[in-house]
Amino acid sequence: MPVTEASATTSAAADLPVDGPLATIPIVLSLLVAGWALVATLRHRAPDRAQFAGLAVLEAALLVLTVVTLIALGDGQRPDEPGSFFGYLATLVCLPPLAWVLARMEPTRWGSAIVCTICLVTPVVLVRLQQTWTVLGA
Amino acid sequence: MPDPRPAERPQPAERTQRTERTQRTERTQPAERTRTNTGPGRLLIAVYLLFAIAATSRAGLQIVTRFEAAPMAYLLSAFAATVYIVAAVGLGRAGRTGRLIALACCTVELVGVLGVGAVSQARPEWFPDETVWSGFGSGYGYIPLVLPVLGLLWLWRTRHDLDRAAASRPRPSQFAPDQSFGPPAT
Repeated sequence: MPVTEASATTSAAADLPVDGPLATIPIVLSLLVAGWALVATLRHRAPDRAQFAGLAVLEAALLVLTVVTLIALGDGQRPDEPGSFFGYLATLVCLPPLAWVLARMEPTRWGSAIVCTICLVTPVVLVRLQQTWTVLGA
Repeated sequence: MPDPRPAERPQPAERTQRTERTQRTERTQPAERTRTNTGPGRLLIAVYLLFAIAATSRAGLQIVTRFEAAPMAYLLSAFAATVYIVAAVGLGRAGRTGRLIALACCTVELVGVLGVGAVSQARPEWFPDETVWSGFGSGYGYIPLVLPVLGLLWLWRTRHDLDRAAASRPRPSQFAPDQSFGPPAT
């Protein structure tokens, strides 16, 4: 994955591992899946292959972010609020699987609505994650 | 061999038809809609779960790391977190007891978010740190205010479901096909 390496080097330069394309890609992906799921909801469609694939790719992107963060931690960088940071990180990684399981349980339009909701929450959690790494003005 | 040709030709059309059919959600059947924990109910459970996770981890962290700063606010956060968890469980179980539990939780939430919201506006010094419910849930996009209303509306809409299900089904509901892990593999 050339993306990962590029983002890892740029983020190391920026001294903030949860920034740049590494965070932007999951956010954009998540919003795309949310949009697609919303269309499916409005069209009375159950979660389709595209939504599950999107969730899988989103989870992969989040895992890459997690790994890069852990590497940065190994290098001696520390988040400003470690407790919240790891709380958000753990929650973030669990969100796409949660959407997957619930969407499997609900093969109706409401399954798509669940995917949409959780994919709208994911970017919020990701932004909060970034905020806990650097406290603004600190 | 005359068999393969005629068999081969309708295949693509048939396949597209089948995928079309499997992709298309059947409009909610009356029997299906009579369940508190399916359809929109499941979406409600999902949102309750998210709030349970968010509120629990936040309150837990605040209590562990800096309880003395605002004990009242943090205990309230913990209480709210408990209510969200219990509400999610109640909605998920969806029996007579589950619905009662969900009803109680949604009522407590609505009263809590209105009460705490009003108090946090009138007496901000009582809440030195944010809770889920302060400012009518403004820190969480006012979802804490909307969620109990939606919950109560959903419980109201499905209020006759248990009776209807009991009347229409000769067998107890636990013998209904379990679709909790997706549609039956056909």
